[in-house]
Amino acid sequence: MISWRAIAVATLFAVAPALLAGEIPPDARRSGYTFMGPDTRAMQDDDTSNPGMLFVLDGEALWAKKTGSANRACADCHGDARSSMKGVAARYPAFDKAIGRPVTLDQRINLCRADHQQAAPLPYEDRELLALSAFVAHQSRGIPITAGDDPQAKPFVAQGRALFMQREGQLNLACTNCHDDNFDKRLAGAPITQGQPTGYPLYRLEWQTLGSLERRLRSCMTGVRAQAYDYGSPELVALELYLMSRARGLPMETPAVRP
Amino acid sequence: MIALSLALAASARAEELLPYTIVNDGIPASLTGAPGDVARGRALVLARTTTCILCHSGPFPETRFQGDLAPDLTGAGNRWSASQLRLRLVDASRFNPDTIMPSYYRADGLVRVGRNFAGKPILSAAEIEDIVAFLATLRD
Ligand code: HEC
Ligand code: HEC
Ligand code: HEC
Repeated sequence: MISWRAIAVATLFAVAPALLAGEIPPDARRSGYTFMGPDTRAMQDDDTSNPGMLFVLDGEALWAKKTGSANRACADCHGDARSSMKGVAARYPAFDKAIGRPVTLDQRINLCRADHQQAAPLPYEDRELLALSAFVAHQSRGIPITAGDDPQAKPFVAQGRALFMQREGQLNLACTNCHDDNFDKRLAGAPITQGQPTGYPLYRLEWQTLGSLERRLRSCMTGVRAQAYDYGSPELVALELYLMSRARGLPMETPAVRP
Repeated sequence: MIALSLALAASARAEELLPYTIVNDGIPASLTGAPGDVARGRALVLARTTTCILCHSGPFPETRFQGDLAPDLTGAGNRWSASQLRLRLVDASRFNPDTIMPSYYRADGLVRVGRNFAGKPILSAAEIEDIVAFLATLRD
């Protein structure tokens, strides 16, 4: 076991891309969870108090529900999500050969609705889409993130990294200025984290609801007074993919709770 | 063509900024020609929308929502002249090209500025003068 792990770690370092200045080394990566107070941690840890679990339960019901003119349920094709969806969210956004670019988990679910259920796509941040996505991602809870490993995804990871490093908006700040250079410091009294995408979709107390990673990224962009990218836009997907590859090895937490 | 006219429109709006002259490491003359108001300057520095206290702390006992990404503003009036404070607010990158402190009186050379903010500086010339007047009073 020990030697197997040593080999795995050695290969990991052999294939890991060189870090750019300011990037967080793998052993220093920390989920937003580690920056939270004990009350919020306790809320996330206990499934009976975690408000995100209500969405997961809704998602479980939707998984089994026949939908669209094909009258098929997700379960009709994918069976028991506990096995078929295990680890899937940890590799999303994933490169889609047919489309020739990466798709997010939300987009994959909508592709299944369109192609396999003959149902209309669900709008971004729609309660049903969040519930399905939370249910699917919950099957990866505890599984280390590997998104971005696919060689075909690499150009898109690089695009996302460039966007992460680029200053933008009227305040002229880049994601890296806060989440690489200043995590553990306080912005107007609130802790800045590393901006790790481990828990999405997650329940934000400030939102009073579950929300997607895209919603979070758009609010960071609005915060620096930049024009946020549209939901599902190639830029937002590339940023999401970079964030996931930057979180490589961190376990998924869906549904996380954040202040 | 559309891009060109947008670019022209943006620079026309950017030109609405009042001209100023940098002398050494400062802007000696008031941007508006008049001195700022200390009380208004203090209120501005404390207002979250002005953004200073997102990063800075200072002698502001009434709020605990202060940042620690930047030096405490206590004593800023000892460390810097009004001329230097004015230039720092107008364009902090003159002091440190990699600074995270925004340039408050600049409207060009920025990327993807939100629609409501495009072509406008973060603060008006009068607001800069109020804040300069207030910072100059921060003496130990
Ligand atoms: C008629 C069969 C069918 C139905 C119904 C269906 N899917 Fe799929 N699903 C597929 C197939 C086939 C794939 C492989 C990709 C493709 O060809 O679209 C897939 C792929 C996926 C993936 C990606 C798996 C991976 O390893 O990357 C997810 C997630 C998924 N489906 C979720 C859902 C959800 C959620 C629903 C219900 C809303 C659903 N699917 C309904 C057939 C189906
Ligand atoms: C001015 C500082 C600042 C900038 C610039 C910024 N953010 Fe954030 N970001 C925050 C704060 C504050 C939060 C909420 C607390 C936290 O999780 O750090 C946050 C939260 C996040 C989170 C959620 C982390 C979690 O645990 O759920 C992600 C992901 C994120 N940011 C990504 C980005 C991306 C991508 C960009 C660039 C488009 C960006 N941020 C730009 C300050 C910033
Ligand atoms: C995004 C973070 C940020 C914001 C917002 C910000 N600053 Fe700064 N400021 C800094 C940093 C960092 C420095 C340290 C020098 C440097 O790196 O440029 C600094 C330096 C200063 C200094 C000189 C430090 C000293 O010795 O006292 C003054 C004065 C100052 N800022 C005033 C302001 C005022 C007034 C505002 C609001 C109008 C403001 N700053 C907004 C980050 C910020």
